[in-house]
Amino acid sequence: MLYIVITFLWASILLYLLLGGADYGAGIIELFTSRKNKDVTRQTLYGAIGPIWEANHMWLIIAIVILFVGFPVIYSTMSIHLHIPLTIMLLGIIARGTAFTFRHYDAVVDDMQYLYNTIFAVSSFITPLFLGIIAGSAVSGHIDPAADTFLSAYIFSWLHWFSVSVGLFTVAICGFLASVYLIGETKNDQDRLRFAHKAQFFNIAAVLCGILVFIAAYIEHIPLLEWVFGNWVGRIAIISATLSLVWMWSLLYQGKLALLRPLAGFQVTMILLTTTYKHFPNIVILKGGGYLSLLEHRGQEKTMEALGLALLIGSVFILPALFYLIYSFQKKPLGYPAEH
Amino acid sequence: MALSLGFHIIFSCIGMVMPFFMAVAHYYWLKTDNVVFKNVTKAWSKGVAIFFATGAVSGTVLSFELGLLWPEFMKHAGPIFGMPFSLEGTAFFIEAIALGFFLYGWDRFNKWFHWFTGVIVGVSGLLSGILVVAANAWMNSPAGFDFVDGKYLNIDPIQAMLNDAWFSQALHMTLAAFVATGFAVAGVHALMILKGKNIHFHTKSFKIAAIFGCVAAILQPLSGDISAKDVAIRQPAKLAAMEAHFKTESSASLIIGGIPDEENKKVDYAIKLPGFLSFLAHGDFKSEVTGLDKIPEENHPPVTVTHFAFQIMVGMGMAMMLIALIYFLALWKKKQWLTSPWLLKLFVAATPLGFIAVEAGWTVTEVGRQPWIIYNVMRTADAVTPMPGIAYSFYLFSAVYISLAIIVAFMLYRQIKMVGTLYDKAE
Repeated sequence: MLYIVITFLWASILLYLLLGGADYGAGIIELFTSRKNKDVTRQTLYGAIGPIWEANHMWLIIAIVILFVGFPVIYSTMSIHLHIPLTIMLLGIIARGTAFTFRHYDAVVDDMQYLYNTIFAVSSFITPLFLGIIAGSAVSGHIDPAADTFLSAYIFSWLHWFSVSVGLFTVAICGFLASVYLIGETKNDQDRLRFAHKAQFFNIAAVLCGILVFIAAYIEHIPLLEWVFGNWVGRIAIISATLSLVWMWSLLYQGKLALLRPLAGFQVTMILLTTTYKHFPNIVILKGGGYLSLLEHRGQEKTMEALGLALLIGSVFILPALFYLIYSFQKKPLGYPAEH
Repeated sequence: MALSLGFHIIFSCIGMVMPFFMAVAHYYWLKTDNVVFKNVTKAWSKGVAIFFATGAVSGTVLSFELGLLWPEFMKHAGPIFGMPFSLEGTAFFIEAIALGFFLYGWDRFNKWFHWFTGVIVGVSGLLSGILVVAANAWMNSPAGFDFVDGKYLNIDPIQAMLNDAWFSQALHMTLAAFVATGFAVAGVHALMILKGKNIHFHTKSFKIAAIFGCVAAILQPLSGDISAKDVAIRQPAKLAAMEAHFKTESSASLIIGGIPDEENKKVDYAIKLPGFLSFLAHGDFKSEVTGLDKIPEENHPPVTVTHFAFQIMVGMGMAMMLIALIYFLALWKKKQWLTSPWLLKLFVAATPLGFIAVEAGWTVTEVGRQPWIIYNVMRTADAVTPMPGIAYSFYLFSAVYISLAIIVAFMLYRQIKMVGTLYDKAE
């Protein structure tokens, strides 16, 4: 059961990164779109994520529930030391979710729309930035359970070059996922080209941020190179991700769109795999070499069994319904541009 | 935390009850082809979407806040009372999926399938609510573990979920959600009828909401009685605080109103009904009811707050039950009352009562449990995060929730104002 629970945890983090990430990315793209193109972007976006965006964000809830039920020590340690970035991320989630809903359900269309749009776009940037910072901090070895000053316990646990670079890298990945996703939603060459350019932009940004992450890791003595390239799984994952990226771009230039999304998804999956594989089961690495492990810091046997069972039962209900939802709106998309 | 929950409870009550109203209106549309019902359904579905989105984000925030504010509590409680949360995750997920189908599915699916997805939104929302209340009930009535030398042993999450309090609390909360939402929605539509706007549209909406609210308002005192008897056995300190019952006695009197004087252990200016408290607590006018004197001072909940909150809740509940009785009398015998302004004005006046009662009831159950976060196991003070400056976090979230509430109210105001142009062009 323990491994079932861990699989669910990893899968929900992955799905959140892919689906929620594409969702955030859509807002990030809006932030980086010139004013005259904003409307088309916004409407393509609405047609693409309208029906499923709420569901995309459920994966975060599933992941957090698994953590607090199954791995309470890990959950409470992170809650204490990463209080500030978690709070900022939550504010981002609130602002973004409500702004997205409000701009479509406000019965009067007036200047308020400008406010909703700005909040939506800005919080779409901030939320994944801080999600990345949290993930980066967890493995950075900066969390110090013995810290005795406010700065060392609650600020420097997350504010350092490595975690910030991971945050920027996450933002770039979200933008990349969203642009690739939206290419498939477009109906004319002009828009397609625009999103292809966006994909290119975020692809380059992701590579640059990735390099930044490695530099920061080197400066702060985090053995990231070892984690990624020190084992066969990491090496194979990185090589196949790179190859698939080349393949994806050549397909895009030939105008073959069918495989773009699966390939982009594959690349991100590989990135998550390499970065989590080596230090599994240690999910949080503390200052001074301590760690919190999924295998050691877990709930009692009966809790894990009940949790695993709840997850299995849940997925029997959730997955078919979710697939049918996505399938029905893929087969017959909402109007383009969006109908009201 | 309390504040976030205070807001979340409103968003989620409406989010879990409105889909039922919507499904009824939708059913009438499919059955009668009367387009007014379709318009009502669509207008309500916008409300559901707004409340679901705010309920969903405030729920997400809560699942993190539990850890941000109470890490020590979650470290021990998470594995024990996590079961309802993991199931709730599923129910909530289903609700989000069904809502996607419903909101975006007009004219694209079989009409009964589409209707069914709307019902699923309501059912899964209701289930989520019940599960979360079961988790709260566990804090009042801890079960499913042995607490030995500060250690939590032999954890059984299923037994923890099915603790002694879950049923009475879930029943009371579910009915409360129906009463509060029913009265709030009916009040708004009653106001619009009085203003003479889109009469057909608002009359039909009013009727559906009012009937739901009134049926629940009449059932609610019964569930309140079950809860009271339950609390009397499990949490005598809470009952004593609710009633400002300082001294243990038999044939205890029920205290209505009054100002508790915690120092001198008495209640001033109250109406006292001898024997009634004994009757309400144990079903016997002569029985003994434990007072605060039997409970060590350091385990006393704040009496004044709990007592006032309880009085407010009961008062509001009684007022709504009375309105409900009048309404049913009107439906059954006095048809002419239904169109008369005074009845509508009564409903307009009652718009906020349900939610005031919900908040008051929430205060009773939470403040009445103090100083414990897990009753008789862990103190609230021992559960709070060690991070200094936590008050700022509190101010921040307060500001966010207050602005959210304002924006939601603003959105609803705009929705209602636009009924004439968006949903009911005929008039």
